[in-house]
Amino acid sequence: MSAGFPFSLLRNVSLVLAFGLLLAGCGVNNLPTYEEQAKAKWADVNNQYQRRADLIPNLVETVRGYAKQERETLEAVVNARAKATSIQVTPDIVNDPAKFKQFQEAQSQLSGALGRLIAISENYPDLKSNQNFLALQSQLEGTENRIAIARRDYIESVRVYNTEMRTFPGVLWASTVYRGHKPMETFTVAEETRRAPNVKF
Amino acid sequence: MSSCFRTLTTAVALLLVLTSAPIAHALTFPELTGRVVDEANILDAATRRALTDKLAAVEAKSGDQIVVVTLRSLQGTSIEDYGYQLGRHWAIGQKVRDNGALLVVAPNERKVRIETGYGLEGALTDAVTRLIIQNAILPRFRANDFAGGIVRGVDDIIQVVGGDAEEYKRRAAQRPDEVPRGFNAATLLLVFIVIVVIFMTTRNSMSSGGPGVGQRRRGYGGPIFIPSGGSWSSGSSGGSFGGGGFSGGGGSFGGGGSSGSW
Repeated sequence: MSAGFPFSLLRNVSLVLAFGLLLAGCGVNNLPTYEEQAKAKWADVNNQYQRRADLIPNLVETVRGYAKQERETLEAVVNARAKATSIQVTPDIVNDPAKFKQFQEAQSQLSGALGRLIAISENYPDLKSNQNFLALQSQLEGTENRIAIARRDYIESVRVYNTEMRTFPGVLWASTVYRGHKPMETFTVAEETRRAPNVKF
Repeated sequence: MSSCFRTLTTAVALLLVLTSAPIAHALTFPELTGRVVDEANILDAATRRALTDKLAAVEAKSGDQIVVVTLRSLQGTSIEDYGYQLGRHWAIGQKVRDNGALLVVAPNERKVRIETGYGLEGALTDAVTRLIIQNAILPRFRANDFAGGIVRGVDDIIQVVGGDAEEYKRRAAQRPDEVPRGFNAATLLLVFIVIVVIFMTTRNSMSSGGPGVGQRRRGYGGPIFIPSGGSWSSGSSGGSFGGGGFSGGGGSFGGGGSSGSW
């Protein structure tokens, strides 16, 4: 170590700093940033589905109190809920096409069963004027609406992330520094057009 | 820092914008001209002013930002879809607290919605917004009393975000189908506010030496009620009479609230 040591250290440090800034300027941080954003949106989607699942037992009990004879419809909801909640939602589900598809199918089956349950409730005036049922129904509608929006936000953030992976300069980083990063799964468009169960008061 | 790739990335981004199909962003939104945006023109000036003052007072007190908007058209989409996008577009509510709410009225589609920002979802729950719409708003709308329905709806929203949700639910359960009454506490309060506003604006214009009569119309007292601090970007910039100067605080919406039709 000679007297020139501090200078070379200074030079090295500033080189590393400049290099880092250069890389940041070229979008080296974009991929992880977008990935985190998409993951956060996914968490939101999942929260809203969970919120829906939490509402269902109460809703089913309330409907059962007025419409015992609709056993089939009620059971379909209970079963679809059990199926949807039985799927383990691990963080890597967004990178696993098969698992993601399974999740999506289970949730859309539950949406269908719930839609039928709300539809038959139209036939029971006593049920329709029950305050508890009305409150639950508005919560369910609100949750379906939140699900639709959370899904849309997720689709958009995944689009940004996947685009970054496939376009310049993101594609350079994806094939070098972030080789472990995989494109994320997203909801299919056909599913997206499905509307929340619409109910007239 | 460096301009490396910048032109190229911009070009790529532009290309992406041009080629990728936008997801439901084709809506146009009215301009946020104040706390009451009456695009459908169903409110008279006095009601607009009274509502504006009331909502300004709420914001000055708790920071909750509530906006009333009437729309000429939902542009072919649902009121749920339009509502949250409008809330995000205007960024109603404070950025950190997301404490904004919209009362959206689409008279041509006969739809009404209370759109709740993330931060108000705890107080203004879906079930409570449904009660407000069913009990306070819809009976009046059905009788073609738009101003009455909106004023009562806003009063109830204010009561609930002010922390009286339980009390509100209890009252609503007792009287599920309340009919409009001629004279109540809300009307009294409204009259009082209007009187105070007129009093203050005339005094203000007199002291500033301006001509008295014409001046009264322009000022509607908003800036007087809001202390000029606040966290609003241009919320109450020094004595800007005659509206304007109101903007969203960066809040966001995720689809909370509920809708009704008449």
